[in-house]
Amino acid sequence: MLRTALTRFSSARALSQALYSTAAAPKPNPSPDIRCNQLFINNEWVDSVSKKTFPTLNPSTGEVICEVAEGDKADVDIAVQAAKEAFRLGSPWRTMDASYRGVLLNRLADLMERDREYLANLETLDNGKPFSVSFATDLALSIKCYRYYAGWAGKNHGKTIPIDGDFFCYTRHEPVGVCGQIIPWNFPLLMQAWKLGPALSTGNVVVMKPAEQTPLTALYVAQLAKEAGFPPGVLNLIPGYGPTAGAAIAEHPEIEKVAFTGSTEVGKIIQRSAAENLKRVTLELGGKSPNVVFADTDLDYAVEKSHFGLFFNMGQCCCAGSRIYVEDKVYDEFVRRSTERAKRRTVGNPFDPNSEQGPQIDEEQMNKIIELIESGKKEGATLNCGGDRAGDRGYFIQPTVFSDVQDGMRINNEEIFGPVQQIARFKDIDEVVERANLNTYGLAASVFTSNIDKAIYMANSLRGGTVWVNTYDVFDAAAPFGGFKQSGSGRELGEYGLEAYTEVKTVTIRIPQKNA
Amino acid sequence: MADLPEPVTNPQIKYTQIFINNEWHNSVSGKTFPTFNPATEEKLADVQEGDKADVDKAVAAARAAFKIGSPWRTMDASQRGRLMHKLADLIERDRVYLASLEVLDNGKPFAEAYEGDLGATIDTLRYYAGWSDKVCGKTIPVDGPMFTYTRHEPVGVCGQIIPWNYPVMMVAWKIGPALACGNTVVLKPAEQTPLSALYVAALVVEAGFPPGVINIVPGYGPTAGAAIAEHMDVDKVAFTGSTDVGRIIQQAAGKSNLKRVSLELGGKSPLIVFADSDLDVAVETAHSGLFGNMGQCCCAGSRTFVQESIYDEFVKKSVERANSRTIGHGFDLNAEHGPQVDKEQFDKILGLIHSGKEEGAQLGCGGDRHGDKGYFVKPTVFYDVQDHMRIAKEEIFGPVQTIFKFKSMEEAIDRANNTTYGLAAGVFTKDIDKALTIANSVLAGSVWVNTYDPGLLQAPFGGFKMSGNGRELGEYALHEYTEVKTVTIKLAKKC
Repeated sequence: MLRTALTRFSSARALSQALYSTAAAPKPNPSPDIRCNQLFINNEWVDSVSKKTFPTLNPSTGEVICEVAEGDKADVDIAVQAAKEAFRLGSPWRTMDASYRGVLLNRLADLMERDREYLANLETLDNGKPFSVSFATDLALSIKCYRYYAGWAGKNHGKTIPIDGDFFCYTRHEPVGVCGQIIPWNFPLLMQAWKLGPALSTGNVVVMKPAEQTPLTALYVAQLAKEAGFPPGVLNLIPGYGPTAGAAIAEHPEIEKVAFTGSTEVGKIIQRSAAENLKRVTLELGGKSPNVVFADTDLDYAVEKSHFGLFFNMGQCCCAGSRIYVEDKVYDEFVRRSTERAKRRTVGNPFDPNSEQGPQIDEEQMNKIIELIESGKKEGATLNCGGDRAGDRGYFIQPTVFSDVQDGMRINNEEIFGPVQQIARFKDIDEVVERANLNTYGLAASVFTSNIDKAIYMANSLRGGTVWVNTYDVFDAAAPFGGFKQSGSGRELGEYGLEAYTEVKTVTIRIPQKNA
Repeated sequence: MADLPEPVTNPQIKYTQIFINNEWHNSVSGKTFPTFNPATEEKLADVQEGDKADVDKAVAAARAAFKIGSPWRTMDASQRGRLMHKLADLIERDRVYLASLEVLDNGKPFAEAYEGDLGATIDTLRYYAGWSDKVCGKTIPVDGPMFTYTRHEPVGVCGQIIPWNYPVMMVAWKIGPALACGNTVVLKPAEQTPLSALYVAALVVEAGFPPGVINIVPGYGPTAGAAIAEHMDVDKVAFTGSTDVGRIIQQAAGKSNLKRVSLELGGKSPLIVFADSDLDVAVETAHSGLFGNMGQCCCAGSRTFVQESIYDEFVKKSVERANSRTIGHGFDLNAEHGPQVDKEQFDKILGLIHSGKEEGAQLGCGGDRHGDKGYFVKPTVFYDVQDHMRIAKEEIFGPVQTIFKFKSMEEAIDRANNTTYGLAAGVFTKDIDKALTIANSVLAGSVWVNTYDPGLLQAPFGGFKMSGNGRELGEYALHEYTEVKTVTIKLAKKC
């Protein structure tokens, strides 16, 4: 059943048709109007203090979409003050019923639902991902994430604790306070939802910096948050660059927590900056996730899922299955079918319903990917298909498949973040576990097998924050996600996601006589 | 708070049949029963009377909807939540109509029905909608080469028998946690007040719930209710009502298939007022804590213990306040106090009032019927009540406040606990030690300090002792609708 389903959905167009069969198909619009391009502070749209702006580009063409106000330290300072004021004891936000925060989050989800088509078009324009995916996946998951965390509002329970002595002891789960959130460009709306959902559900206030490559949808959501009824100062957005606005957030003495999703390299910078005032830090960083395919699996299914696990989102996924270890017995066949599948992958204008793959996000990423592809060729991996830029306008790269990848190669160890698949051979289970774990990353992993013992053994032994068995890239707002080792610290999503945004206070009251 | 909208004083009664599998059915027997407007004693409608045969059909439908592989069982938990949110939205859309229907069938003032009952109904459904995808089991590091985890599965077909005092709100209290956990339901609304539950049934269809997930069988306790409690294919029964009937339900469960039982029964809840409290606040809160809903509240503060030094003043102010309580029919927007729900209750209350006079309690005000049409009882205050009197011990479920004098905290605690009930308690004091000592010592499922019955659906509610078994509301309610399965997979080696 799964196999036929996958073949049905093997093209983006088929996926679109299947998803929209009962409703009017949403319309791709390559020229959505730009409604918000300034800083968002205290529920108002303002220019930056410096009056500077920066351009955001359409990666399909390399052309400028529009100018956006460029925030820097001075703007972050103003946003932090606004957030602090909104967080003051006795403020509307602090005195609001926790359950009502949930009402507001559900309203925000409703508004995103209302403007779903507009947001999907804007996302595709600024990021380059196919419109069918923006609409069906990014928007769906973002809306669900807000609804999930709306449901937690008013359910973040503390405890009463039977301590020794004549005391009444309880914990309060309080919000941390002013939270800085720095989000990436690969899933702009979804990354915003993963951050705002838990932070607002638990009663915090936020200063957020969207990625400079993709500020537009995040800014529009801020407008929706205002429309939903969030009080001024609760959510503030400062578009700008990492080394300026981002650093200002990481270093700010009055920001009490910073959450960052992005490269491991920048994650380390954030952690060092945060040390100054010991702001709490959660990081969601890079990965080089191993995908282990055993011989006792449905090969076509494994090939398709592994293809999806690498090529989804133009390979721009922190948890991409970018090291595929295939059992000896089925290796050649796996390589052959994967190559054939990659050759069939349609690359083109993301507003075209036939495109499965759009451009990479920008020139910098494209060049980095090409460089790593060249290293693969030079270091002796077998190039089965692709290996070059696609076209000469926009940042498109051909779906590329390397095989005979050796453990020492750069393409095996460095995060490529592009449509470049690595396939390696393995013989036995203990060998592959060791090779899979031999990496400073630890974000995700997967195993394809029909054997229950192998499945559980691999799931338990692979050092990754998320392990998928007989599938890949299954996300749910209810399931925690995060990295072992240098893929990050802390977990997002699920109930676990509340912890980073909760400050536990223990209250102990003397009483005349304790009774159990 | 927004201005109160205009009630629909003559709401059309649209649904009077039995609701099974998203369809409307007549009773197998062909019988119907009447439901009355307690303000006028006039019949509102004839409703199809469900009995064992109808319960059998409903249970079969609920069982089919619960089968492995069914739309309901295979539905994403988050989607169950979406359906519940949709139902809440529809109730909100029809809030004025439903509140008006509730006034007609139950008698309570429209303001109460609209703001209180309907507000709580909507909020409770939304609260449990939020829990649906958060009911989690655990993975457990057991000894040996095992992978062990728990699944928090739904219990199955849940029979739910609800009372007449908060008809539509009780629907939400019951179906909220049941649906969040993935159960299917056969619900019997009270025979005095079936109309609002049946209207909600129509909204269940509009919201998109699969057939058989929610079934509603109006009828009487000894027939339809008993059929549910005794049914061999109902996995769990939840009952809210009198302690007497609660005992029957528990026995029925034992005699039949050991179905899980949760009960929310009567109370005779103490409210203890210390001399150091704010007297006016205490008087007003004690007043509304007793007289709210015409005294028809399981957790009514029906024994008011007042400390010696403020006793006379407290009694005087309470009598004044009771005298000022405005009586009228439910659609009179100035009315605070409507009729009791039916003749049986009315007679019982007057009987107990009579016993209070006979046994020597002092009557401060009220003490008999109001008017000559409709089951209206005057707000009544007895003081100098002694612990042995019937009005001190038996649940009156009417607008009869009983005030007792006490000296010390220890004495108050002992007398407060001297009852077979244990639903709620209140204490008024500014002193932190007194407050926490009372809170810890009183045998009651809910203890309120410096307030009474604030109606907090995020917090568990239920009885100690003979006030019930199990808890409703909050996260705790989910436990009653969850069956825990432990799965252990032996591994080739420990890992």
